Amino acid sequence: MSGDAAIRIRDLTVAYHEAPVLWDIDLDVPSGTIMGIVGPNGSGKSTLIKSIMGIVEPAGGEILVFGKPFSAQRKRVGYVPQRTSVDWDFPTTVLDVVLMGTYGSLGWFRRPGRDQINAALHAIERVGMSDYVDRQISELSGGQQQRTFLARALVQQAEIYLMDEPFQGVDARTERAIVEILREMRRLGRTLVIVHHDLQTVSHYFDLVTLLNIRVIATGPVGDVFHDENLRKTYGGGQEFSLRR
Amino acid sequence: MSLTDVLAMLVTDHTLRTVSLGSGLVGVVSGSLGCYAYLRKQGMMGAIVAHSSLFGITVAFLLGSLIGGRVAPIQFALPGALIGGVLSMALVSLIVHSTSIKVDTAMGIALALLFGGGVFLLRIIQSLALPGHRGLRDFLFGQAATMTTADLATIVGFSVIGLTVVILMWKEFKLHTFDPGFAASIGYPMHRLDQLLLATIVLGVVVGLRTVGVILMVSLLVCPAAAARQWTRRLGSMMVLAALFGMLSGVVGAVVSAVVRNLPTGPVISLVATALVLVSLVAAPRRGLVAGALRRAANRRRFGVLPPDPGMHDRAAGEGEP
Ligand SMILES: Nc1ncnc2c1ncn2[C@@H]1O[C@H](COP(=O)(O)OP(=O)(O)O)[C@@H](O)[C@H]1O
Ligand SMILES: [Mg+2]
Repeated sequence: MSGDAAIRIRDLTVAYHEAPVLWDIDLDVPSGTIMGIVGPNGSGKSTLIKSIMGIVEPAGGEILVFGKPFSAQRKRVGYVPQRTSVDWDFPTTVLDVVLMGTYGSLGWFRRPGRDQINAALHAIERVGMSDYVDRQISELSGGQQQRTFLARALVQQAEIYLMDEPFQGVDARTERAIVEILREMRRLGRTLVIVHHDLQTVSHYFDLVTLLNIRVIATGPVGDVFHDENLRKTYGGGQEFSLRR
Repeated sequence: MSLTDVLAMLVTDHTLRTVSLGSGLVGVVSGSLGCYAYLRKQGMMGAIVAHSSLFGITVAFLLGSLIGGRVAPIQFALPGALIGGVLSMALVSLIVHSTSIKVDTAMGIALALLFGGGVFLLRIIQSLALPGHRGLRDFLFGQAATMTTADLATIVGFSVIGLTVVILMWKEFKLHTFDPGFAASIGYPMHRLDQLLLATIVLGVVVGLRTVGVILMVSLLVCPAAAARQWTRRLGSMMVLAALFGMLSGVVGAVVSAVVRNLPTGPVISLVATALVLVSLVAAPRRGLVAGALRRAANRRRFGVLPPDPGMHDRAAGEGEP
């Protein structure tokens, strides 16, 4: 079983200051599936993704990517950060941002060349942004920003993708376009872990779901674990109620 | 003196040529490196570093006087400034990490302590009338007119180092500044890059201290960048334009203060740099105030008098779908 796990997490605990933000997380993401991560604001969804990506240093626990530590598997994992985590007034263009997806394979000091530009243009086409290649990123709508980030992840050519709220603030058309791309990625055998906030669409989009609120409340096939009782445990009732906005 | 006289002097007068060259180069370096201060929102940090360097400058001068070798104490000023600047950031970081004080207050404390200490030591040095102490006064409001060939060489050295680092680390600095999380995810050492970028900004500050002075130095760091951002859409062109704006400020400041007696260079440079910001904010295409007003007027003519709807932009991307 553990041989099938694209991501395997055991006893993960993360704290920024004293209070733990993630507590004793055990999680397996089987290869070739789409897993949704849901939970209220501040429940640690972004922190979980950042811990897997090695951006946040855990206080304890173990994270394995295809059986090895992340640092040995970097190039097999792509990342779409939360759209609102960057300053979109940065002086740069869509093409330039998408090219950043090639930096990991380029290594230090080397600049992107023809091959990288072609790969970036191809990814931009896949997300339907070909008309905006040279557009200044401050002039993009939320949906276009999200498509740009997705294109940057696509050029990473990874096997696992971690995406932090890829549908946040996007229009209906972009949401459908992104879902289409995600399904195609899964057909190609990719593993996708997606932080999500719209409970209505969980059962349409994901094979597996993890309900998170500092601890893992439940994780498994959507049909098995995505029910009212688990949702109540995650979003309200008892002491967790205070975490609800 | 007429403008043509000044231009003639630039060609014939060796001192004025050195001074303009040096100040122009200072503007190029501070202007271009300042783009990172601007984009990383560390302009205030630049101001703290500049002010605090006065402490390093005066301590280094005192030590130099005590040792008393053949090197004039004033020659220790720039290395001292570097140390003082780094010290201020170390102090800020120490306060933030070991107390509950937030970073803006910590910067205020560092500034009060190190700039205050610097002014205090400056007074002591002046009252002791240590040899060469008059040169120290130039570090307050800047003086380009007394720039020597040795000073010019120092400026060239700093420029080469600063610009080389920025060019070598081009894509790494850019990605780390735009999206540090993504940069870390592909293995960029977040902490190291923070430090290197900060060191680069410190270099952009220290290189101009003697020309612009510790008090107004921050204007040459952030104003050219702020002005350049209005006209450009890419980091590369922003840096080039900021370098040009910085150079313009530096040269004008140097020449004006050389021609007008008893006028320090720093205020002139600051005024030119600020004027460039104002003009850019008003006149730049796309981002400027005039362009914005014209765009709104045109929209009113086309669509009637609807006030702008904040959600309009996002929905427009849906292109007619529900
Ligand atoms: N860099 C940080 N420093 C300190 N606390 C943080 C930091 N990032 C997140 N937190 C805190 O950790 C908790 C979880 O945050 P996050 O993982 O962003 O939650 P989510 O993505 O589920 O909304 C929140 O209480 C948040 O305030
Ligand atoms: Mg989040």
